[in-house]
Amino acid sequence: MQWIALVAGWSVAAIFAAWVLVFANGTPAEPLVSQPGDFVKVLLNALTIAGLYFIVASGFTLIFGLMRVVNLAHGSFFLLGGYIALEFQKLMVGKSRNILGDDVGVFDWVIPLLLAAMIAGILGLIMQQVFLRWFQGQDMRETMITIAISVILADMMVSWFGGIGVDIQWPGLIDRAITVSGVRYSVSRLFMLGVAIVVGVALWAWLQKTRTGMVIRAGVDDTSMVQALGINVQLVFALAFFVGSALAGMGGVMGGSFAGLAAGVDGQWLLNSIIVVIVGGLGSLKGALAGSLLLGVVTAFAPSYLPAGFTNYSIIFTFVLLGAVLAWRPYGLFGTPE
Amino acid sequence: MTAADNNASRPRGRVVTFERALLVFAVALLLVLPAFTSDFFVSFVLTQGLLLGIAAASLIFLAAYGGMVSLAQTLLFGVSGFVIGNAVTTGGSKGLNLGLDPWLGVALGVGITTVLAFFLGAVASRSTGLYFLMITLTFGVIGFYFFGQVTTFSGFGGINQVRAPDFVGTPGQFPERLYFLALAVSVIVYVVLRYIARTPFGLSLQGIRDDHVRMSSMGYNVWVHRTLAFTLAGFVASLAGVLFIWWNRQIDPASIGMGEILALLIIAVIGGINRLEGAWVGAIVFVMVNNYVRDVPGLNQIGLTEARFNTIIGLIFLIIVLLSPDGFIGIGQRVVRLLTPRAWHTSQAPGSDSGSGPSVTAGSRSDSGSGSAETTGNK
Repeated sequence: MQWIALVAGWSVAAIFAAWVLVFANGTPAEPLVSQPGDFVKVLLNALTIAGLYFIVASGFTLIFGLMRVVNLAHGSFFLLGGYIALEFQKLMVGKSRNILGDDVGVFDWVIPLLLAAMIAGILGLIMQQVFLRWFQGQDMRETMITIAISVILADMMVSWFGGIGVDIQWPGLIDRAITVSGVRYSVSRLFMLGVAIVVGVALWAWLQKTRTGMVIRAGVDDTSMVQALGINVQLVFALAFFVGSALAGMGGVMGGSFAGLAAGVDGQWLLNSIIVVIVGGLGSLKGALAGSLLLGVVTAFAPSYLPAGFTNYSIIFTFVLLGAVLAWRPYGLFGTPE
Repeated sequence: MTAADNNASRPRGRVVTFERALLVFAVALLLVLPAFTSDFFVSFVLTQGLLLGIAAASLIFLAAYGGMVSLAQTLLFGVSGFVIGNAVTTGGSKGLNLGLDPWLGVALGVGITTVLAFFLGAVASRSTGLYFLMITLTFGVIGFYFFGQVTTFSGFGGINQVRAPDFVGTPGQFPERLYFLALAVSVIVYVVLRYIARTPFGLSLQGIRDDHVRMSSMGYNVWVHRTLAFTLAGFVASLAGVLFIWWNRQIDPASIGMGEILALLIIAVIGGINRLEGAWVGAIVFVMVNNYVRDVPGLNQIGLTEARFNTIIGLIFLIIVLLSPDGFIGIGQRVVRLLTPRAWHTSQAPGSDSGSGPSVTAGSRSDSGSGSAETTGNK
């Protein structure tokens, strides 16, 4: 069975490559041989959006890996983080509307980012301590509680921040485009990728090189054994929930600068996180990376390399990715069966 | 676990009789209610409640008997509506505008939805518990974006002016006709699903819910059972979709968006996710809150106006999940037990009133394989 899947996987990859390379005439991007610049742009789009997927999904997967809680309020913390950062940015810039790139210094973006991540983390921690702690082990009930909180938060955010879409302004320094050998590309998107790499490396170093990280990894494998060794596992859970929610809030600030904030964005980013972790395997940071890259490639390439009249069908390819991975590995690429 | 499988095995004592009497009374009440209430109440509370109840019943059937909490039921409900919309409209809106006969539209809607449910079920049924929940959630949300983006079938504007067959008429004109149809479908769905739970298929499905590893080693094909159960639930959801499109006359992607997906789960949980009856109880409560929250004194003063309906329903949902995971049905059962003499309880199998929330942990139980059937039997 394994070799069939391998052959199928490589054939799909080969067909995809041949299509992008030579045959994609009549698509918005045109084939690689005739329009290499467009290909580079689409590839960069894939990588940069994958970076954002990774930041958000790594928080989701961290919480699940350690505590078996599917935090369906993750998207709400994303959106709330974005809105909070916007409020801080307005305060710091001193304008409540029409904020332009020139008004925003680097700190007018970074400080709101850190504050929003912090507040989202604290809210996640409160949710875990007040509601979830008492139902540890009842994973479906914990999930229902996070759903209830996401419904309430979504409605409250409409009430506080309105239903109209708003943007967080990038700092003027990076809110521009650069041109390298004929390819024009947005600096802020490259910056987003840079932040994702920094976050990824920091998470990896934290989990692999520190004592806390060691405890968390041990907790993922066997919580009761960690507890038996005299480690305060509740503290570790609280920390994981704080970091996981803070990552959602941080993602929200970047997503809000990149694509804007509006009612419904929370569900969209919850969906992105879920697809990433289902494809990559729940609870695995490696899986979150693989899932983000795959989803990034699909969401960037499908609209650009489908024939012009059919680009609105690109959502189907997300489903195809999900179905193909699940048919081959029901617990994701790096996941293990319960 | 709990009441669902007790029904199949427990001796028919007085409590069962009481429950049956209550059911018959409820149906009788629903039959005569239109005579005493306004057209608005019949259409917007009762009809909407019944059709949402049918959709929620498909969710509860999977959760209570199969241990699968599916969030794809709203999608299947919507696909049925979209197919009918595409099939019967003759122009004036997006979609294929095929202009077919309404009954042919129903056949297509139900048929296509059931086939789709089979394939979605085949993919999702290899997973269990929270994985299943998340996978079906992605199905639902991808479906929302699909109908939003693919203007061939709908687009975000949706499909308007969908005709119902002449004998149903328009809800504005004959609200009772659609209401009695919804009531009839509800009763049939309830009876058939209860019957299926007692067939060998239903019993092995419940066995798989309790311990799929054991059932698998005894030679049952777990995946096939789950897939077929999902297909059946998809069929039931498609019936609700038919009633919805006849009732609402239009459907757009917002009808199956994230909010609606969660609303169906909320209906199932506040009603009681381990009993089929909970579907209709939850749905009626849901639409009552939706329609009458503005009349509740005091709520406006603390900022919970009608526009904050989702906050109110979210709070109700949160309280139910925290305090009574078997929903209003569970609260009702506890009240009945408090009010009746102890001697009557002997015929009721133990375990059905455990406060630990067996229903909402359904997914985890089926994973861990702790076998709630054993627990019930041993007590």
